[in-house]
Amino acid sequence: MTAFARSLRESFELLGERPGRMGLLRQAAFARFAELGLPTTQEEDWKYTNLASLAKIQFEPAADAKLPTIEQLDRLAEGPAGDGGVRLVFVDGRHRPELSSRVAGAGGAFIGSLRAALAERPELVERELARHADYQHDALTALNTAFIEDGVFIHVPAREVLSAPIHLLFVSTAQGKPTLSQPRNLIVLGVGSQATVIETWAGLSDEVYLTNAVTEVVLGDNARLDHYKLQEEGARAFHIALTQVQHGRDSRFNSHSVALGAALARNDLRALFAGKGSECTLNGLYMATGKQHLDNRTLIDHQSPHCTSRELYKGVLDGQSRGVFSGRVLVRHGAQKTDASQTNKNLLLSDEALVDTKPQLEIFADDVKCAHGAAVGQLDEDALFYLRSRGIGQDAAKSLLTYAFASEMVNLIPLAPLRTRVRELVTSRLPDWEKLKEVA
Amino acid sequence: MTTPTAPMLRIKDLQVKVRDSDKEILRGIDLEVGAGEVHAIMGPNGSGKSTLAQVLAGRETFQVTKGEVLYEGKDLLALSPEERAVAGIFMAFQYPVEIPGVGNLYFLRTALNALRKRRGEEELDAMDFLALAKEKMKLVAMDPSFTGRSVNEGFSGGEKKRNEIFQMAVLDPKLAILDETDSGLDIDALRTVASGVNSLRSKDRAMIVITHYQRLLDYIVPDRVHVMSNGRIVRSGDRELALELEQKGYALVEPAVRQEAAR
Repeated sequence: MTAFARSLRESFELLGERPGRMGLLRQAAFARFAELGLPTTQEEDWKYTNLASLAKIQFEPAADAKLPTIEQLDRLAEGPAGDGGVRLVFVDGRHRPELSSRVAGAGGAFIGSLRAALAERPELVERELARHADYQHDALTALNTAFIEDGVFIHVPAREVLSAPIHLLFVSTAQGKPTLSQPRNLIVLGVGSQATVIETWAGLSDEVYLTNAVTEVVLGDNARLDHYKLQEEGARAFHIALTQVQHGRDSRFNSHSVALGAALARNDLRALFAGKGSECTLNGLYMATGKQHLDNRTLIDHQSPHCTSRELYKGVLDGQSRGVFSGRVLVRHGAQKTDASQTNKNLLLSDEALVDTKPQLEIFADDVKCAHGAAVGQLDEDALFYLRSRGIGQDAAKSLLTYAFASEMVNLIPLAPLRTRVRELVTSRLPDWEKLKEVA
Repeated sequence: MTTPTAPMLRIKDLQVKVRDSDKEILRGIDLEVGAGEVHAIMGPNGSGKSTLAQVLAGRETFQVTKGEVLYEGKDLLALSPEERAVAGIFMAFQYPVEIPGVGNLYFLRTALNALRKRRGEEELDAMDFLALAKEKMKLVAMDPSFTGRSVNEGFSGGEKKRNEIFQMAVLDPKLAILDETDSGLDIDALRTVASGVNSLRSKDRAMIVITHYQRLLDYIVPDRVHVMSNGRIVRSGDRELALELEQKGYALVEPAVRQEAAR
């Protein structure tokens, strides 16, 4: 048994027996994790991402967190809380009401912690929890499921439209020992309802820690979720996350994923069209430098006819970093009139950076419109010379062209304050940007 | 025309090859260009005209194997492309590059302020720059809608060339090198671009106008005309040489080429 698995077994045993369905679920999930073990590069889904370094680490559940200050949280969000939106703060996976906005129960929506919801509204939670994210075939989802404790629970009743965004700040504060947090999130949107959720995952620590998160999204018929995820974990962090989206008919899911942080990150996003007429848009930007490893895996499962999916992921890899894009679009038998497009583009800024891109289109229906493509390139030498010949220095010219590549993803973010924040995060990584700031 | 005692640009026996290859392109160019002068360089395809322009602008795909280039008395070849721009050199590209995602006007303002800063001049704020840009756009009758678009993206050939001359007008260089700015232009676009160039002629500015077609020289009248062939300047003269070329074609320089080859 690996050090990782051993430390997790100890932690699991410390939790003790739990009653009811949740207790059985945790037991079953842990047993499944024990059987599966951490994935290795022998498995197709993990071919490009090696967890061997993770397997050697003994993790402890995070405890006695040093709470972040409101100022630190304001810097992580795109502005102070309270400007119409709701902010929920999770420190090392645990909801912190004292740092979060007070949520009025108006309109019947539940926006709060999973822990509270399991105690107060178990029937509402258990109807969907762990029914979508597959823990039978995925060891890390099994592990998260075994440790379900806290996270966010959002439930929006039918026809309710939440116009203000809900900000979720997941902050890690690891000190000294490697710690582990496993938030479990559930977002349920009733028929015809609408919400906007922004997830920020950040580390306030340069220590080793692991975030292993699972978010299940259940969209009722005609519902719409706009979902943003900013991953800015600490420099030595492991970030593993699954977002599983279950589409009712005529529902819409718009996703923007921005991955910048962590030593190793694996971001898994799966959308399943269970009803006809649905649509999803998956936009992603990943920027790695140094020895970072950023893995993006997506699955769009067209199980129903007349559904549309649009996917565009862009990667910028510098230093000795490695990027992975593995996108699968599955058009099942009977999913006629599917309209799917998938594109992955990568910019390599150094000779030692590497990207593995694997777009996959599997089509089992005959009346569909599908397209996919992938590209890997370097900065255009002609463009670089053009800029330099006009007096823009070499570093600034490279930064300008890099920004021009990444800005397409930034500009696709419709929320202005968030777009500004993402632009700052992106440009702050570019050398000599101060000479160019007005270009953006 | 008077030739100043120290010309702005002095090229001596310049020999150039493609970097990492044995392909020689320039085989000994000698040229002097003084402030206020306009020199035309003509020649058939493959004669090395564009290579000369790119070497002067600092393109690193070419390697100088022999000779020197003095600009205002200093070693030009030691400078990076951006340092040459700061020193006052501008090349209008034969094939201007499209840069999606970078606004045309923002790009130009960044370039201008980079130059001003390096020269110890005050940077222009957005308002002052806009006023300057609007004034210069008139020189080439540029549609204001170009300014909001990305650099050269989706521009027609003529629009791209106009954009080059517009950039030149804003950046106000001492030595402008126009690399086949007339190629691919219809007669109306050619007149517009040429009139923009003519308005920028001054006693302090030198221009090297590279062209494949004599037609351009009806609109931009040069002080000197040089004909290149096979990596060398094989004939130099005044405007009459261009007219002669018009009548006789590049066959005129053929005997010279043959002589060179026989040597």
